[in-house]
Amino acid sequence: MYRSLKRWWWLFTGPTIAAFIIGFVAPFALGVYLSFTKFTTVTKSRWVGLDNYARLLSDDTFLHSLWYTAAFALVTTVVINVVAFAVAYMLVKKFKGSNLYRSVFFMPNLIGGIVLGYVWLLLLNGILGHWARSITYSATYGFWGLVILVCWQQIGYMMVIYIAGLQSIPGELIESAEVDGATPRQTLRSVIIPLVMPSITVCTFLTITNGFKLFDQNLALTNGAPSRQSELLALNIYNTFYGRTGFEGVGQAKAVIFLIIVAAISLLQNRFARSKEA
Amino acid sequence: MATRKTAKLAAGLMAGALLFGVTACSGSSDDSADATGKVYYLNFKPEQADDWVALAKAYTEETGVQVDVQTAASGTYETTLKSEMAKSEAPTLFQVNGPVGLQTWKDYAADLSDTEVYAQLNDQSIALTNDDGNPVAIPYVMETYGIIYNKAILEDYIATDGAKITSADEITSFDTLKSVVEDIQAKKDDLGIDGAFTSAGFDSSSDWRFKTHLANIPLYYEYKADGIVGQPESIKGTYLDGFKNIFDLYISNSTTEPSLLSGKTIDDANSEFALGKAVFYQNGTWAYNDIKDQKVDDADMGMLPIYIGADGEENQGLTTGSENYWVVNSEASEADQKATKDFLNWVISSDTGRDTLTNTMGFVTPFKTFADYESSNPLVQADAAYTAAGKTAVTWNFTTMPSEEWKNTLGQAMLAYAQGTGDWDAVRATFVDNWATEVELSNQG
Repeated sequence: MYRSLKRWWWLFTGPTIAAFIIGFVAPFALGVYLSFTKFTTVTKSRWVGLDNYARLLSDDTFLHSLWYTAAFALVTTVVINVVAFAVAYMLVKKFKGSNLYRSVFFMPNLIGGIVLGYVWLLLLNGILGHWARSITYSATYGFWGLVILVCWQQIGYMMVIYIAGLQSIPGELIESAEVDGATPRQTLRSVIIPLVMPSITVCTFLTITNGFKLFDQNLALTNGAPSRQSELLALNIYNTFYGRTGFEGVGQAKAVIFLIIVAAISLLQNRFARSKEA
Repeated sequence: MATRKTAKLAAGLMAGALLFGVTACSGSSDDSADATGKVYYLNFKPEQADDWVALAKAYTEETGVQVDVQTAASGTYETTLKSEMAKSEAPTLFQVNGPVGLQTWKDYAADLSDTEVYAQLNDQSIALTNDDGNPVAIPYVMETYGIIYNKAILEDYIATDGAKITSADEITSFDTLKSVVEDIQAKKDDLGIDGAFTSAGFDSSSDWRFKTHLANIPLYYEYKADGIVGQPESIKGTYLDGFKNIFDLYISNSTTEPSLLSGKTIDDANSEFALGKAVFYQNGTWAYNDIKDQKVDDADMGMLPIYIGADGEENQGLTTGSENYWVVNSEASEADQKATKDFLNWVISSDTGRDTLTNTMGFVTPFKTFADYESSNPLVQADAAYTAAGKTAVTWNFTTMPSEEWKNTLGQAMLAYAQGTGDWDAVRATFVDNWATEVELSNQG
């Protein structure tokens, strides 16, 4: 059996490898290659070296959206994880209807980003209308509008992961902490949180990368208005690629930088959080 | 032993089948070099999507040539075009929006000098040419914009005490327009309206009316004064004060608080006009489809030129031009290019084509073949009336604006000014300084 596997492995892994190359490796390599070229359609490009990266440095909108996105990812990561954990902590207690609450909290995830953006656009504009304002009035409005929307959407999802983490803690541990005279706060800090660390790792990873990659909601809610001031990175790249003639390569270069940033941050976060796991 | 071999063989075959399945998906289909050629039109105007499909079907029934029509969703034409052109079955016919758009697609623009659509142009100089001077982009629809107004409400106003005018014909300058607009705004409750102007919405569905169309007026006067043809490297902004005047008039005499403008859409403006809640509405002949058959009768729709207080504006007509140019894809096969040119020829010369373009789509076309076709659109008729009265039509100079980015920056600066978060100096800076910057950037590389 082992010998035939050794001989025939390529036949078995071949389809997967082929699919992987066609679906992942090729577009990725093409994307990186295109960031060094000038092109209008992706099939007709001309090598220009580091030109696109040089032009990118003088683009103020890119730097602005970089900071804007970093702030956004930070705020949403903190808010989503704290609230999701709190909700999960409450909903693992046995009480009537706790399952119903779980479903209700999870539900926003079932709605697509664009639709969600438009629905929240109506809601937020309706409220801001009292002060004769709308969400695109300034970048600050857009920022908090996006934070509210994304929190509303993702808290339920992270909650599910935290519930799974909390339920896997053996009941005896909590009981023995109680017997030893620990206050609920001490139990939470010294017993529960260290034990759900794997869930925290996963959830912070998901929220950070989601924060950086956010696109649909941004597009539907503010579309970068006013003055491209509420533009997150992904939307900035999209607008550069499609919105500006002759800037397709620059957009591609931004995408490569974007990839490096997101990859670096998630690797660091993962290493840091794992080191805390029990 | 035999069973093991069979199992191995079967597994191998299955894996092989899977592998084959995957590669087959990525296989290209270059085997369709049909001798008769076919047409694939990527249409720009969503409002006429169904009409083009019907037209294509009629052509196929008549000649047997396959014509596919795709329409990009509103505001996504360039995006769609970029991805469609990268495909092996690329559009054989697409559109550019003027010289700046053509600059992007010049490598894909076929020479059209031997075509009927070029030969039949009333004025061949409106076709766009490539670097060698050959026509490569043909406008197929002439459009007009200005300030659409509601004649019925304006007559109600004229009947009020102390009205500034006795007839709409007296509005021939910015000053008259301003006094009328401000008086109407003051009397809006008596007239039963929400404001003189519809909301000057700065949502992306509506902001082109200002960052592009309104900004064309000061540009037109500057080009005229300085004798500029084509795209200048830089501009002076001589008429920006007039631009500010008209924009101030729009935002301070409307149905809407300026701080709400960022979220207002074209639909808001359409409905405000169509339901008779506002008298004036800056838009063009194409808006007729959205405002007809509601509260305002066709007979009550008129159109005024956009006045900004420039010298000699008494003779100013409406703003007329085109940003819809047909371009044949030069990368398509010879047969497809020929089929495409034949299709275009049919569109402008057959009865079906001419009837669809004029009556169904409501277009005014620049071709000789349309001499006996007259539009029923009252806004088009308003334009004809101005031309007949000897007024000078304002040309569409916004097609020379350096880039989309320039327009967007201007639009956002105008919005900031309107809602009070920015000042007029920023608008001036984005208009004048950014022009030179963007021209340079766009011509880079």
